[in-house]
Amino acid sequence: MKYYSYFPGCCMHDDSPMYDTSARAVAQVLDMELIELDDWNCCGSTPYTVVDELSAFCCCARNLALAEKRGFDLVAACSDCYLILNRTDQHFKEYPEIKTRINEALAAGGLEYHGTVRVRHILDVFANDVSSEDIKAKVKVDLGGLKVAPYYGCQVVRPTPNFDDPEYPQSLEHLIEGLGAEAVPYPLKTRCCGGSLILSEESIALGLMHKLLDNALSNGTECIVTVCPFCQLNLDAYQSMVNRKFKTNFNLPILFFTQLMGIAFGIESKAVGLKYNIVPADKVLASYVRK
Amino acid sequence: MMEIRKEGSNDFIQEISSMPGGEKINLCIQCGTCSASCPNANKMDYTPRELIAMARAGMRDEVLSSNSMWLCLSCYLCTVRCPRGIVPTYIMHALESLAMRHHLSTKRTRTPILYKVFSDTVYNVGMIPRFGCMSRFYLNVNPFGALKAVPVALGLLRHGRLQLKSKTLKPQAKHQLQTILDKAKAFGGAS
Repeated sequence: MKYYSYFPGCCMHDDSPMYDTSARAVAQVLDMELIELDDWNCCGSTPYTVVDELSAFCCCARNLALAEKRGFDLVAACSDCYLILNRTDQHFKEYPEIKTRINEALAAGGLEYHGTVRVRHILDVFANDVSSEDIKAKVKVDLGGLKVAPYYGCQVVRPTPNFDDPEYPQSLEHLIEGLGAEAVPYPLKTRCCGGSLILSEESIALGLMHKLLDNALSNGTECIVTVCPFCQLNLDAYQSMVNRKFKTNFNLPILFFTQLMGIAFGIESKAVGLKYNIVPADKVLASYVRK
Repeated sequence: MMEIRKEGSNDFIQEISSMPGGEKINLCIQCGTCSASCPNANKMDYTPRELIAMARAGMRDEVLSSNSMWLCLSCYLCTVRCPRGIVPTYIMHALESLAMRHHLSTKRTRTPILYKVFSDTVYNVGMIPRFGCMSRFYLNVNPFGALKAVPVALGLLRHGRLQLKSKTLKPQAKHQLQTILDKAKAFGGAS
């Protein structure tokens, strides 16, 4: 059994519960335990770093200090949390004055950070801490060549290429193929979905989504898998808006990669949580989902 | 280059390079890889390459009142491609930060309002509830604009993805977070 500290991030308890339940269930199948970090707080994301950078660093540093006490790798499932936690850790190590200030602020709350936590993305854990043979051995449901577009988005592989190439990553492809499905190659797999601007610059974000959906579909995919709750929600909940704006009729299910793994591993449908996916996935997956 | 710097104000470039991640701005060779990589460069008043050139020429107000940095998606494609190891994304963040601090943000963007709503929520709740954040944002910018978001919100609600009652931290955890953030705020920024 491998143990990890788990940082779910706000989306998991709010709008993407199926990412959380499927990730936990998949981990269990793979002999891993994701132990939720007690009393974690929001990572602050990019907006907070702009409004007040030091406060944003301290938001993350509190989580890092809590994780450090426990001693395991800290696993984030959201690409934004992953990036921001890593960014804090890097700045903490690179700038002595930031380190001092972070620790002075943490001290006010009775905490201290020493810079020893390894922050990882859950894709990294599922792709690299288990061998592909182990993954294949756990497959109970043959996905029989289901065509899946691996969508990385931006922040899981950039700016720091910790475990895969920043522009041409392969982790998801290996996973998808290990599950018996077919990974569809398409050029825009690491292009941004526009998630961060969907509220404030809606029409620009919809344009980016349109390009992405069009690119994946025209390369023959039946569904898209994502590794980030922002990408998933954006492409799923706003797909009908893209259709209205661009007079298209996309009907592409957007799954979390852990949902696809869950289906292949035959975990119970409650944990896979397909009822939360807005563009219905049942038609595409009909023959694969465990009832 | 020397002449340009003499004509412009050096203060602006000092201000940017004193912010974490902004130091490398002077290494820019104006190759334009950042602009070519940016998914939103065509919608910006000035492309990322132009912004850096203008900043170095001391064109502070033109830069800070432009829409450019507010269209940055933080996708870091420019960053992994920059041949000089600059992090243009951090420079964009630094410019957003300066524009907000000096009240120069263009009225054409609503992103600063979103950022403010978001950050206040992090401080007050310790977590981000989508419903609360969306509604506060629309109330701040244009309550009628919220109507357009209704179909999306309904879709989320129908699928159990819109929590009307938000989760929050346990009282002692929230108190600890706020004590830490109050101390950080008292320092007045990272630089």
